[in-house]
Amino acid sequence: MAEVVIKTEKLTKRFGNFTAVDEITFEVFKGEILGFLGANGAGKTTAMRMLIGLSTPTSGKASVAGFDVYHQTENIKKNIGYMSQRFSLYEDLTVMENIRFYGGIYGLTNAEIKAKSEQLIFELSLEKQAKELVASLPLGWKQKLSFSVALLHEPKIVFLDEPTGGVDPLTRRQFWELIYAASDKGITIFVTTHYMDEAEYCNRISIMVDGKIKAMDSPENLKKQFDVNSMDEVFYQLARGATRAE
Amino acid sequence: MKQFIAFVKKEFYHVLRDKRTLLILFGMPVAQILIFGFALTNEVKNAKIVIVDQAKDISSQKIISEIAASHYFQIENTIPDPKQIASAFQKGTIHLAIIFPASFNDDLMHLHKAQIQIIADASDPNTATTLTNYASAIIGDYQSGLNAKISVPMQIIPEIRMLYNPQLKGAPNFVPGVMALVLLLVCVLMTAISIVKEKETGTMEILLVSPFKPMLVIIAKAVPYLFLSLINVMSILLLSVYVLHVPVKGSVLLLLAESTLFIITCLTLGIFISIKTNTQQVAMLVSLMGMLLPTVLFSGFMFPIENMPVPLQIISNIVPSKWFYIIVKSIMIKGVGFSVIWKETVILVGITLFLFFLSIKSFKIRMA
Repeated sequence: MAEVVIKTEKLTKRFGNFTAVDEITFEVFKGEILGFLGANGAGKTTAMRMLIGLSTPTSGKASVAGFDVYHQTENIKKNIGYMSQRFSLYEDLTVMENIRFYGGIYGLTNAEIKAKSEQLIFELSLEKQAKELVASLPLGWKQKLSFSVALLHEPKIVFLDEPTGGVDPLTRRQFWELIYAASDKGITIFVTTHYMDEAEYCNRISIMVDGKIKAMDSPENLKKQFDVNSMDEVFYQLARGATRAE
Repeated sequence: MKQFIAFVKKEFYHVLRDKRTLLILFGMPVAQILIFGFALTNEVKNAKIVIVDQAKDISSQKIISEIAASHYFQIENTIPDPKQIASAFQKGTIHLAIIFPASFNDDLMHLHKAQIQIIADASDPNTATTLTNYASAIIGDYQSGLNAKISVPMQIIPEIRMLYNPQLKGAPNFVPGVMALVLLLVCVLMTAISIVKEKETGTMEILLVSPFKPMLVIIAKAVPYLFLSLINVMSILLLSVYVLHVPVKGSVLLLLAESTLFIITCLTLGIFISIKTNTQQVAMLVSLMGMLLPTVLFSGFMFPIENMPVPLQIISNIVPSKWFYIIVKSIMIKGVGFSVIWKETVILVGITLFLFFLSIKSFKIRMA
């Protein structure tokens, strides 16, 4: 049985009368790529914020990397990485300066930072751009760099919030190569996305509707369960009954 | 033409629906007229003064009663010994002192010539000139009144002494004011914008997910401005001393220490604004309208606070630059030490701590 790295039990978040996340219960296993899907307004981002320690749950239990989300957020933060679509890196800093900064705040020593940055730059073939401002990189490169920086401190779990928004399918594929490489090393990937083809790349998918998790299984099983041919259809079947929209 | 009108209509919708713009369009002119009409006046009324009556004779009493009757002056105290007025001037509690020599009446009657010493706090040269003119006018009136009834004219000569700023230079007054303004601008405005920018671009989220304590993130943002502001303070002082020839009479070290305190106050204020606002635009608006304007109006360096209506005087007490202005003026122009300005220092510390705890509380609420 694989090790459980994220475990929630009736995790709930209420804002006044509005229940954004409604008693979700699930487990995520080490090394798997979990696609966290849902329509806009379904509660995905709220759920993720609770798992990464940015928001305190209203009720229910959850543990991430073995640490409790209510009282041990400091430890959670040390063991996870985060990347969002909205932000890649500091545009007015160079590639190297960004790497050094994030290495620094995650407590890496100078020697570690030096070694890892060299490795990172080599793997992404960014030798020529190392001293350039991030603003000069194309979007796809920024995203790949951002993902790699999120992994700098070798976290157990990496949370990706719609990481591939706005780039062409080829670049998205290359990004997913990086995700696979990380998963092979035993890092658990928790990714939210709107792209249904990316949903196919995941080991398992969960779909949130109106604050609840309405389905959680591998893409093949879900397609069989709903008797459809694509994840697009699965999503449509589940999400069309939703009453909430952003 | 029709298309143009369609466009104009749309623009009207934009303007009328943006409450902030409406506030500025209609609210500001009204506020300005009211403020300039009532609060901001260079006229001096009820200025606190001290009388040293060493004569206690009929002439001195008469003049004193004229002064008391004038709405320009408010006699705080009548003391017997001129040595005590030094500390009153240092503390800034009085603007003017009038000293009657012991032989006042005798001199008038027998020599037909007497002197009255008028000492004014010239760290604010405008007020000092106005007040000494009022006092001289009152004395001149009394003199004319006397001479109307007799043949040999009597002369009462006011001997005027301008304390702290004998040449009545404008610079001693506005250098402290400019310091307060510049520090406020750099620290409040820049800090607020810098932190809100992180919120806007989303980089704040990433920092919050890192193991770095959130409050430290914010303090780290403020540190560069602390250093830049200290450099600013020193350049203002250097310019003031060498270019404007306004020396620092008191301890430079104390001045720098108090400046550091005020810088921290402003940074805390900037941090608080950044926690409460979400866009750089609003942060800028709040900083400028909410902080800069009151500083200029209520710190006392352009318009004397004592002449404003009482509610505004009360408001001026929560403006940190008012206290800093008093502190800087006292150290730079009057050359006093900490023992005189400790009260203002404590108030600044209090304001800073209050803002700090308020910021932490607001920050924690947002996180939950």
